[in-house]
Amino acid sequence: MSTRLQKGGRLIDRTRSASFTFNGKRLSGFAGDTLASSLLANDQMLVGRSFKYHRPRGIVASGAEEPNALVNMGEGGRFEPNQRVTTTELFDGLTATSQNHWPSLEFDVGVVNNYAARFLPAGFYYKTFMFPRFAWKHVFEPIVRQSAGLGKVPQGPEVDRYEYAYAFCDLFIVGGGIAGLQAALVAGQAGSRVILVEQTAHWGGRAPVDGDVIDGKPADQWVKDTVQALEKLPNVTLRLRTMASGVYDHGYVLADEKVADHTPGDGRPRHRLWRIRAGKIISAQGAIERPLSFAGNDIPGVMLASAVRDYVVNFAVSPGDRTVVVTNNDDAYRTAIALKEAGLEVPAIIDARTSLTGDLPAKAKAMGIRVEAGRAVVKVKGGKRVTGVSIGLQAGEGAVLEDIACDAVAMSGGWSPVVHLWSHCAGKLVWDEAQAHFRPDPKRPPTNQDGAAMVAIVGAANGNLSAAAALADVAAQLGGSAVTAVEVPEAAMLAVWIMPQGAGPALKMKMWLDYQNDVKVSDVQLAAREGYTSVEHTKRYTTLGMATDQGKLSNINGLAVLAGALNDQIPNVGTTTFRPPYTPVPFGALAGESRGEIFQPLRKSPMHGWHEAHNAYLEPVGLWRRAYCYPRAGENHEQAVNREILNARANVGMLDASTLGKIIVKGPDAGRFLDMLYTNVMSNLGIGKCRYGLMCNEQGFLSDDGVVIRLSEDSWLCHTTTGGADRIHGWMEDWLQCEWWDWKVYTANVTEEYAQIAVAGPNARKVLEKLGGMDVSKETLPFMTFADGTLGGLPVRVHRISFSGELSYEIATPASHGLALWEALIEAGQEFGVMPYGTEAMHIMRAEKGFIMIGDETDGTVIPQDLNLGWAISKKKADYLGKRGQERTHLASPDRWKLAGFETLTGGVIPDGSYIIADGHNANGQRNTQGRVTSTYYSPTLKKGIAMGLIKGGMDRLGDVVEFNTVAGSTVKAKVVDPVFYDKDGEKGNA
Amino acid sequence: MKRYSVFAIAKQAMNYHLGWEKAWASPAPKKEYDVVIVGAGGHGLATAYYLGKNHGIKNVAIIEKGWLGGGNTGRNTTIIRSNYLQDPSAAIYDKALQLYEGLSQDLNYNVMFSPRGLLMLAQTHHEVRGYLRTVHANMLQGVTTEYISPARVKELVPIINIDGPRYPVLGALYQPRGGTGRHDAVAWGYARACSAMGMDIIQQTEVTAVRQEGGVVKGVETTKGFIGCKKLGVVVAGHSGQLAEMAGFRLPIEAVALQALVSEPIKPCMDVVVMANTVHGYMSQSDKGEMVIGGGTDGFNNFTQRGSFHHVEETLRALIETFPMISRLKMLRQWGGIVDMTGDRSPILSKTPLGNCFFNCGWGTGGFKAIPGSGWAMAELMAKGEPGPLTEEFSMWRFKEGKFIDESVAAGVAH
Repeated sequence: MSTRLQKGGRLIDRTRSASFTFNGKRLSGFAGDTLASSLLANDQMLVGRSFKYHRPRGIVASGAEEPNALVNMGEGGRFEPNQRVTTTELFDGLTATSQNHWPSLEFDVGVVNNYAARFLPAGFYYKTFMFPRFAWKHVFEPIVRQSAGLGKVPQGPEVDRYEYAYAFCDLFIVGGGIAGLQAALVAGQAGSRVILVEQTAHWGGRAPVDGDVIDGKPADQWVKDTVQALEKLPNVTLRLRTMASGVYDHGYVLADEKVADHTPGDGRPRHRLWRIRAGKIISAQGAIERPLSFAGNDIPGVMLASAVRDYVVNFAVSPGDRTVVVTNNDDAYRTAIALKEAGLEVPAIIDARTSLTGDLPAKAKAMGIRVEAGRAVVKVKGGKRVTGVSIGLQAGEGAVLEDIACDAVAMSGGWSPVVHLWSHCAGKLVWDEAQAHFRPDPKRPPTNQDGAAMVAIVGAANGNLSAAAALADVAAQLGGSAVTAVEVPEAAMLAVWIMPQGAGPALKMKMWLDYQNDVKVSDVQLAAREGYTSVEHTKRYTTLGMATDQGKLSNINGLAVLAGALNDQIPNVGTTTFRPPYTPVPFGALAGESRGEIFQPLRKSPMHGWHEAHNAYLEPVGLWRRAYCYPRAGENHEQAVNREILNARANVGMLDASTLGKIIVKGPDAGRFLDMLYTNVMSNLGIGKCRYGLMCNEQGFLSDDGVVIRLSEDSWLCHTTTGGADRIHGWMEDWLQCEWWDWKVYTANVTEEYAQIAVAGPNARKVLEKLGGMDVSKETLPFMTFADGTLGGLPVRVHRISFSGELSYEIATPASHGLALWEALIEAGQEFGVMPYGTEAMHIMRAEKGFIMIGDETDGTVIPQDLNLGWAISKKKADYLGKRGQERTHLASPDRWKLAGFETLTGGVIPDGSYIIADGHNANGQRNTQGRVTSTYYSPTLKKGIAMGLIKGGMDRLGDVVEFNTVAGSTVKAKVVDPVFYDKDGEKGNA
Repeated sequence: MKRYSVFAIAKQAMNYHLGWEKAWASPAPKKEYDVVIVGAGGHGLATAYYLGKNHGIKNVAIIEKGWLGGGNTGRNTTIIRSNYLQDPSAAIYDKALQLYEGLSQDLNYNVMFSPRGLLMLAQTHHEVRGYLRTVHANMLQGVTTEYISPARVKELVPIINIDGPRYPVLGALYQPRGGTGRHDAVAWGYARACSAMGMDIIQQTEVTAVRQEGGVVKGVETTKGFIGCKKLGVVVAGHSGQLAEMAGFRLPIEAVALQALVSEPIKPCMDVVVMANTVHGYMSQSDKGEMVIGGGTDGFNNFTQRGSFHHVEETLRALIETFPMISRLKMLRQWGGIVDMTGDRSPILSKTPLGNCFFNCGWGTGGFKAIPGSGWAMAELMAKGEPGPLTEEFSMWRFKEGKFIDESVAAGVAH
């Protein structure tokens, strides 16, 4: 059994206990425990079930590389699936449940897949489940989906919050082991701005566990001293519990800090996402031990040798009473020695190497541990827990020489440097034959914007596995005063990819490579046999390395097996691509503070509060909220809209038009610039005058419209659509900065500087006159002019422009006066019957008047000529944006669909989005069409349906009756009419 | 080719699966072929497959720079739909969807086509009108879609928040026949079927030049020597510009990285595919249980196939807003695919200024769903030498005429 030892445990505090539950069972551990160590202390080795075969799964590792021990954690708004117990700090009240089983962890019906495993090799699903055709969706896929997946589904939104932090530094150092600490100290003392992050809650990494001696001090003491020295440096920032997740182009790094995962509900943000721009990144992430591939290496109780050592030394937890160590290198002997020193039994060390010459094997032997050279674990015995191992010759085919009873196996297949951050931006690797691992190729680093190396890698992550070598590497790369560690000589390791070497297919079907995804040696060999020989094919065919650990334990072993199957060298087979994040990061952390109301910035007009207070129904328009209508008690939206229209037509209405884009264009070349931007001429517009203009993209398609006014000799104000303001401003700057950089023009987007109010209706002038302050008579301020002045004491610019077809004033005032002006107008308008109207009333009134709307009549494929707006295209100008595009054959074709009005024969409304059908079908069997509706409304003014649309032949078709389709499959007959339904002569707007 | 079936698996199981044959051969290139296809992605392999199946042209080589299916075929979000607005798009995408419906049986390879239904959320009034237009257009195109209410959306997607404070769901465009497929399996299934017809798939071989005589293509220079051909089909997505340059002309194509990511796997929680264009994100759940998420394209041209962060951030914000329960799921992996974009965001399937040389490219962000239809249409174009009804609107000269097939009209973002 696994249990807590009576003494020891450098990270736990025995005076502070913490109680937690696992599958409802009440257990307890100590402060400083991880969930993994506390589970083991309570003899809970079995913690989950594998993905495919639902085999029992125990804890294998002690850190971020853990593939098996994932649990559902927390409850309600703090529930989180797939939490690794090895990286979860224990806290009082923690609740966890195991995953991927039914009905229980101990008895899982899904294990039937295990018994059928012989029929379910890699990729079996590509070869079957094909008949009958509909069975995949209705029968097989649901079964596959139910048995796959891991954690439970969170319910509802969560209660915690997240935040971003931004930083920059000269050096961003990842990994708080001795290499990272020393690198930070050297760089920090030299004055560099340094950020050092460590993913666990402790500094020091493996050195203290391994009992290294640095600078004549025990590693623990050296670490403590070094951290103290770093804390005194103001230019060094230290962060524990912070995982560097990804390196992106130009030295951009993301790091995820677990601020309150271990103190949930304390009011702090749960995670903080650091977004860092680093001059250089130094990765000192160490190395990860590899499992060995022997039959039954996935049975709970088989663990990495380093993990066993961690649990004993750090947490005083023994994974087993009797632990067999199996290895191909000297390092694992440290585990045997640690176990022995803790008073635990080590029945044997099984070493694949035939000759053992290192100091550590000698020490183990001297301690009385039985050491077997040239031997292999042929298979592990046990079901939900190891009960023993059968051993044989490593050079053999699996003949069993002896059975040894044990309840744990500590395995070591050598170490692989953590090269993820090096590789995210395409740093290359070399194969180190002696240590049988990939390490960074210093000649091919990831490069930054200047072509210089962006990432450096030091210590064990650079293949320097011992403390002495790691510190020497730091000194070689960063300089600084020499720090030395006592070198413990180690003999060469032996690359062992299959144990025993000559194992047959029956054993290989039991050798796990990827524990979580149930990928075995036989699966990789099958992939190779079937021609999935590219490493990417093998990965995707077998799912090797696609589990939540992303192959941290399985990749190199899998590659080696593949290389073996292909009779090729490992470096020729290559690796799959390392992608961010290094370990999974919560979506919530990546999204930061953006939630609910502040999910995106909310833009409010100065009168926003008034609209809300007057029961406006608000609709999103870009980031704005605009009043769609103002329903009164008992009114639905449609009734409100109709009332608003009729009132504006009969009396006077007010629209908040503040969201309209307003861009000032100023400078000696401003007129010339606008002449290029707009299809018509703007340079000859008189000061004080307004002119409607159209803008096209280079292709000739209409992109925006609005009224341009001339403020002075060298400045114009361009109104754009609400949705177009930022886009058009960007468009202007694009041309000014990239193409016409020598033109003397400035632009400024002043959309939010002004509130703008449309006062429209026969009584509009009376309302303004009531407020008083300036002459707004027809004579002084005729249609399509503007004037600056005051109204009711407020500074205003009054434009005589109309989008409703009524006598209309659009009044701009500085934003801070917007609400005051609005309220003053409402009050002044009371006796004239004023009512506010919303965007829908505006849309309908403009459609009654036959005015086009960008986004309704246009969709990026429509040119001004299609909309009968040829009058707004200058024939005199040599050029404007879109002119050349419009000259192309298809845009000049007489067959284009052009604007017309439509009225149904019954007075009904044509459905939104409807097409005008034509006879016959095209060669692809699609019904021919000859046009479509673009705006369709019930007109309360005319008491019937009205529509605008595009039809082949346009206004030449006046009087024709055409058919629009409906979703019901029927058609609606409509007559082609003039699109101007209201006040055709324009008398009202001019009044 | 030995047929795959449950019986074949049972038989092999008795022998530790040692008797499976290679899914496709890896031959050395011959001196000359009737047709050489450059690019062994889904589109290239499908082109070859339908050249053999529909037109009896089997003396074909497919040349691949890397590993087959290793480009966008293997790095997309596997969405399949045909609810396009414009007639030529709807025709070719629906052809693809129809072929997907029977593809596993046709190829004897389970591509796991899963017609689980696809929703495109309408979250502004403008979007409502846009999708109503698509529904009307689809009806006339013979593509079944419907516009559904928020209540129906909630019924189909219980984990969705339809009452978000910023962009409440106003309705959705629903294509019940849409869904997902297993992307790698599509490439592998076509490759196996091509190989079975005697076609040569030549991986790890890069084309370095296009040889021509008198304005007619004669073959390609490759890293494995010259390979002659009577007809050349170039199907290389993001690298089309480079191949066109080798063939002596320019294409209106630019390459940008499109961002995608997956979560860790969880138990089934969403049966349909949901696309939310207003907030810029789309999501489905794979059979493994991962939430597969697509975002936007980087705002600059590049070939890195790397993930960048700014789109991931925006996409996840949007999706947490739409599906609040995903906040405590974790991002497992992010990546970028290089998409080849044309001026109108629609593909090019076209003859070229070089005789007997044909290009199929420009699928942009929408290529996976088109693979079978694209291959079918391209095969027809290459076999006959002239465009058929599915390809005639997709000529590369349409940009010169201004005859765009603009789908951005319907979907503001990725499609």
